[in-house]
Amino acid sequence: MSWCEYPGWALGSEVLQNYGCRMASGFWVTIELVLISVLIGFGMALGLAVARLYGPRWARAAVNGYTTFFRGTPLLCQLFLVYYGLGQFRVFWQDTGLWWFFRDPFYCAALTFTVNTAAYQAEILRGAIQAIPRGQFEGAASLGLHRWATLRLVVLPQAMILALRPLGNELIVMIKSSAIASLVTLFDLMGATRLAFARSFDLSIYLYAALVYLVLVEIIRRLWDRIELRLSRHLALR
Amino acid sequence: MFDKFALLGFGPGGWGWALLQGAGVTISIALATLPFGLALGLLVALGKRSESALLRGLATLYTTIFRGVPELLTLYIIYFGVQILLQHLWVKLDLPGSFSMPPFVAGMVALGVVLSAFSSEVWVGALNSIQKGQREAAAALGLSKAQAFRLVVLPQLLRVALPGLGNNWMVLLKETSLVSVITLPDIMFITTRANVVTKEPFLFFGAAMLIYLVFSLVSARAIDRMERRANRGFAAFGGATR
Repeated sequence: MSWCEYPGWALGSEVLQNYGCRMASGFWVTIELVLISVLIGFGMALGLAVARLYGPRWARAAVNGYTTFFRGTPLLCQLFLVYYGLGQFRVFWQDTGLWWFFRDPFYCAALTFTVNTAAYQAEILRGAIQAIPRGQFEGAASLGLHRWATLRLVVLPQAMILALRPLGNELIVMIKSSAIASLVTLFDLMGATRLAFARSFDLSIYLYAALVYLVLVEIIRRLWDRIELRLSRHLALR
Repeated sequence: MFDKFALLGFGPGGWGWALLQGAGVTISIALATLPFGLALGLLVALGKRSESALLRGLATLYTTIFRGVPELLTLYIIYFGVQILLQHLWVKLDLPGSFSMPPFVAGMVALGVVLSAFSSEVWVGALNSIQKGQREAAAALGLSKAQAFRLVVLPQLLRVALPGLGNNWMVLLKETSLVSVITLPDIMFITTRANVVTKEPFLFFGAAMLIYLVFSLVSARAIDRMERRANRGFAAFGGATR
């Protein structure tokens, strides 16, 4: 017996034993998808937040439009627009040699989630940077620090502590939202569970999946509390 | 190019009316869920602040579960789960025919339960912001606990809770797109069907995006107005009376 059949066997659940391996590999797809999108999204968000705050007028307007658009529409709709909508221009993608990307549900989901979470994270980072007192900027300027050096050495380290909690929430939201990737034929944890239900009509498989998501989210929440406590131990916050 | 846009129009072969109906369904399910979810959320918040450890524990467990499980999964569990449960009951009671769960009710319950879990956090924060003196003064005036809550606490609560609840509404509005998977004919369901028929996914999902965007922008404007109105007596919140 393979290790992934073991939980089902131990719990005496036939359906979990039969589909345990599919769900385990689905779990890794979920983790990969979320990690890739949240990490790349964070990089994008940094640039977007800085452009939104210090960029030229057109850049501010563009970032504003970007965040309004992606935060104002459902992720499901964005995913369908990318997977089905962009997939419509098959000939164009084939000509440009990008068809391998847009025909794959994993890449499409990763792309959609990345641009979506970048919009949310950009707003979080913007709020955090704006919350830094003006004296910090002035102090850095009086020390002769360049604008970028000010941002990198003085402002961002403080802003990141403020942004930590909402960023953790965003990570949790992404884990939960990633379940909709199953609707574009991707076999993530939710996709594997849907398959198991469609074949067995045993509702308990949904409850097991719910438990897996719940435990994952709880672990991250507690881990995040620890990280926050550790990073802010020099501040008398509590 | 122009015949493509005719697909979105109201003429023959146009999907305009269907899209409008879908938008109507989206708005109705969001509006139907809102009072249910907010009221349940307030109850859960009161449970979290209750003196009984059991109630507190149950309320915390409730929010932990429904904040941690994907909304799509909650929707499936309620849709199929309640269906199977009631079907069993149906057979046991020897009722004629069979029971089928109306998707609208399933969607409303699932979204409402999730909304209640998230809004309860907002309610707790707002409840904590009401000073103890308010309740004590109400008690000194001879108001019962229920009266004090209804007449003294609740009116103050709404002002403090409004920004958080406004956020909850924006999230709810976008989450309604999930009910399309249980065959409720909302915007997503209609555009998915239009895509199957016309093979124009970019056009239709793009149109769906714009409809959602309009809803979001209108909502944001309305919430802003409500906040300003609620704060009109508080100079510190930009509602100074001149």
